[in-house]
Amino acid sequence: MNEIKTENRDKAFVGSAAGEAVIEINNLQKSFGKQSVLKGVTLQLFNGENLVVLGKSGSGKSVLIKCIVRLLNSDNGIINVLGEDVSKLGSERLGELRQKIGFLFQSGALYDSMTVKENLEFPLKRIRKNLSKKEMEEKIKEVLENVGLSDALNKMPSQLSGGMRKRISLARTIVVDPKIMLYDEPTTGLDPVTSDEISALINDVQKKYKTSSIIITHDMECVRATADRVIMLQDGEVYLEGKLDEFEQSDDLLIKSFFK
Amino acid sequence: MKKLIPSIKIVPNLHKAREWTIQISEKTIAKTEEASTFLTEFADVILFLSRMTKDTFSRNFEFREFLHQCFQIGYKTLPLISVTGTIMGLVLTLQSRPVLVDFGAVSMLPGMVAVSLIREMGPVITALICAGKIGSGMGAELGSMKVTEQIDAMEVSSTNPMKFLVVTRVLAATLMIPLLVLYADALGLLGSWVGANIKGDVTLSLFFAQAFSSIWFIDLIPAVIKTFFFGAVIGVVGCYKGYNAGRGTESVGIAANSAVVLASLLVLIVDMIAVQITDMLIL
Repeated sequence: MNEIKTENRDKAFVGSAAGEAVIEINNLQKSFGKQSVLKGVTLQLFNGENLVVLGKSGSGKSVLIKCIVRLLNSDNGIINVLGEDVSKLGSERLGELRQKIGFLFQSGALYDSMTVKENLEFPLKRIRKNLSKKEMEEKIKEVLENVGLSDALNKMPSQLSGGMRKRISLARTIVVDPKIMLYDEPTTGLDPVTSDEISALINDVQKKYKTSSIIITHDMECVRATADRVIMLQDGEVYLEGKLDEFEQSDDLLIKSFFK
Repeated sequence: MKKLIPSIKIVPNLHKAREWTIQISEKTIAKTEEASTFLTEFADVILFLSRMTKDTFSRNFEFREFLHQCFQIGYKTLPLISVTGTIMGLVLTLQSRPVLVDFGAVSMLPGMVAVSLIREMGPVITALICAGKIGSGMGAELGSMKVTEQIDAMEVSSTNPMKFLVVTRVLAATLMIPLLVLYADALGLLGSWVGANIKGDVTLSLFFAQAFSSIWFIDLIPAVIKTFFFGAVIGVVGCYKGYNAGRGTESVGIAANSAVVLASLLVLIVDMIAVQITDMLIL
């Protein structure tokens, strides 16, 4: 699975402008008390693309993707995911929609009291109820091979390194074949080598599982390795949207400070 | 000039009045904020309880997790309850015996200990120990799950964390604590028999025959019923504090600590109410 190296990605992705939007966000607003975090964000994620959302800490990146899966309720605006308005869904329908979305948390969020195998079985048993025990075991084996950690099956999360936890967390996310992947700072806190491996895995997942992804990050190596399109958030608003090349060639001081 | 003098005297008073107004305003704002925080917390508790009740009676009960929690709460608390139950009976006997000897009523010792243990000491002391062990455990576990986004991860993987984490724990605590109390009562009586034999000589069968001859259903049933409430209180408080922990690691400690304090306090309050109700029913 790790055949894709962490080089600058093939920037031949052309589907975005013409492709079908799997996520459409229009004028999204979110405040915590008096603090306005998102002040009218509008963006689209097109089928099959990797959209990187860049921005300083506190610019509202994580809040944005938490609003997409309704871990946080938006104050205003429309979030349309796979043709459904997220804010209007009842709990049952929301649950069904969430089954099509994979969310990789910044901390990995592995269940500490469960082994790696139990962590992977947890979503599988609830979302792919029709699978037999043997099929489940094969699926778990397959995703662990994909993330290069076949031998970690019976380990506890506390026995894993930071990079391994991220990989297992990614395996737990892809085990149910999501259509959309949301990555919340996937390389934060990892060494450069492991960061590159995770970036490569993100590309592998996109190719193998045909996912569309939003990647929240401020790791420029990860941006260069994974981005088909980039959006920069600043003070809760979209500051600039475009291809990676446009960002790298920009004369804007704020963008230069990221891409120097 | 004469007309000016009174107005000059007024100036310091105006300053004072302004200071008082500012102080009163600040105090009013602080009190309003306190009231607002209290009302928000109260609303959170109501929301939590209503969501928990709704999820308790909804479809797809997490039976395996419920059994796992019964094992965690019941079986893993047994060693602690064994020690405290035995010591409770032993100490009660050793403390009571000299007084009963003075009155020539040593033969009443088994009955007195049995009634004390079954009516009050067994349920309350066991519940307080469980509030410490189970309540803090739930607060810390769910708090750390919240901090490390495990609860969010559960939610996005289409699993209802309230149903999986809270309902199972509360029900397990509600069912296991009465069993632990009965177990503690039994061991307390055994400890009492050991205590009675330190300075006396009484057979196990005679001791238990005397103990049970003093106990009526009216002693046992209200005591058992209130332990279900103790269990529910410990489960709900532990889960509420953990589930609503803040985002920092410090909040895990706060959740565990406040779960123990509040659960212990509520156990005593529930006990007081239960005793009042029992008294009213008996009379």
